[in-house]
Amino acid sequence: MMALGYAFLYLPIVSVIVYSFSGSDRATTWGGFSLKWYAALAQNEQILEAAQRSLIIAAISATAAVALGTASGLALSRFGRFPGRGILSLMNSAPMVMPDVMLGLSSLLLFVGLQQVFGWPERGMTTITLAHITLTACYVTVVVRSRMTSMDASLEEAAMDLGAKPWRVFFVITLPLIAPALLAGWLLAFTLSLDDLVIASFTSGPGSTTLPMLVYSKVKLGVTPEINALTSIIVVLVAIGVSVAGVLMHRRERKLARSQN
Amino acid sequence: MLWLALFFCVPFLIVLKISFAESVFGQVPPYTPLLETAENGATTLRLHAANYAALLADPLYIAAYLKSLLFASVSTLCCLLLGYPIAYGIARAPRLWRLLLLVLVILPFWTSSLLRTYALIGLLRANGWLSQSLVGLGLLEPGQAVLHTNLAVYIGITYNYLPFMILPLAATLIRLDFTLLEAAADLGAKPWQAFRRITLPLSFPGILAGSLLVFIPAVGEFVIPDVLGGPDALTIGRVLWTEFFTNRDWPLSAAIAVAMLLLIVLPTLLFEYIENRRVAREAQS
Repeated sequence: MMALGYAFLYLPIVSVIVYSFSGSDRATTWGGFSLKWYAALAQNEQILEAAQRSLIIAAISATAAVALGTASGLALSRFGRFPGRGILSLMNSAPMVMPDVMLGLSSLLLFVGLQQVFGWPERGMTTITLAHITLTACYVTVVVRSRMTSMDASLEEAAMDLGAKPWRVFFVITLPLIAPALLAGWLLAFTLSLDDLVIASFTSGPGSTTLPMLVYSKVKLGVTPEINALTSIIVVLVAIGVSVAGVLMHRRERKLARSQN
Repeated sequence: MLWLALFFCVPFLIVLKISFAESVFGQVPPYTPLLETAENGATTLRLHAANYAALLADPLYIAAYLKSLLFASVSTLCCLLLGYPIAYGIARAPRLWRLLLLVLVILPFWTSSLLRTYALIGLLRANGWLSQSLVGLGLLEPGQAVLHTNLAVYIGITYNYLPFMILPLAATLIRLDFTLLEAAADLGAKPWQAFRRITLPLSFPGILAGSLLVFIPAVGEFVIPDVLGGPDALTIGRVLWTEFFTNRDWPLSAAIAVAMLLLIVLPTLLFEYIENRRVAREAQS
């Protein structure tokens, strides 16, 4: 039963990887081993440009989301009951339960309104990035918040008692302690942004097509072998990244176990 | 710490503004400046009502909402049936295996869902493996495909959201005290009885969390029904997309968004609030 479940998870991906090495022009028939789709992908300016754009947007929005998410995560877990806490908490979960189409449309309407009043932001990469920050910051908040609530506050209190200024406590004590959570949050935000088609489609302008938008327009036209190659590359990169993270986590746990004995 | 408080107000304000943008812009035809709405409240009100009347009058929208619920609930059930054994297996696995099995569940989640949906197209096409084997079993006419049917949408949503079901379930099952099962067996319970009377009730929080994580985003899903479903697979997300990009009817799409807010988001938040209160109460007692 379990094997069946895992087969279900991996069969589609494996079949795409297999076909990405097929030499036939039809994406569904096997035409001998060849690397020609990878070559085609490497020469496809359009795809490369879109990929670069997506990576830039994802990096900026993930970084901003970590900054904002850390701030609200801290506030929710350390400040006790301040006015507006309940509203903040509610507002925080709102983007998580909002359907993408809704978030996309409302962000766009907001940007159009702002543009009419202030002449900013121009629709394009800026607006996509801003919308992605809104989308991802709440996920970072949840990650940071759960880390903070499971963490002992006495270290911070001790530093305060010894006369450290609040910002110093934050940078010297809190930040190193929550660093793993920040990294996890950043990666999550990065992936979410890189993955998003719907919100980007709503908030993009002319000449700011992201990779998912390009893939979607190609997929709507039918299966294209180039996308097979692209999928395979992404899967391999992710697999490497996850394995490295897994090994590092494993090592850290072993080190911790040793240091406790 | 004060500047932090200011700092976290920014995302909060952005979200707040967005939620206002809906209610304010919901009645404005596109390209009307925001400031005008404040002056001629009468016209906006009339437009506003017209949009919502259109939503209620046309059976298409209500059908789309029901269809979204159908897709989401069937897929959630499939995720549960498929995910429970996997989560159970992970929980019972030896520690070293556990990490590997969990990583194997998370790995597909880190690859783009659009690309995973695309990967399914190859299997569901008329000449894909799944359609072919169904034809072989006599369940499909030769030449027919699973692609562009409701079944394809169920498979697509189940495939995409399965990790969201497995992770909370596995987390709950890992914490479960398996000596209880041994005790039940000692007292003469059959494995199935022990599962039904002990494991299942104790894993209920995980089932609930997993089902919500699958169901809620599945209701608003756009890509999967659009790519895998037939032309009749009109979910509410797809309707909004079409109104906006194809018909360019901004006020109507905004009205759909507000309806979504009322029908999907608010019940969820309310549920979450009640659930948190219940947990807090239980913790106190």
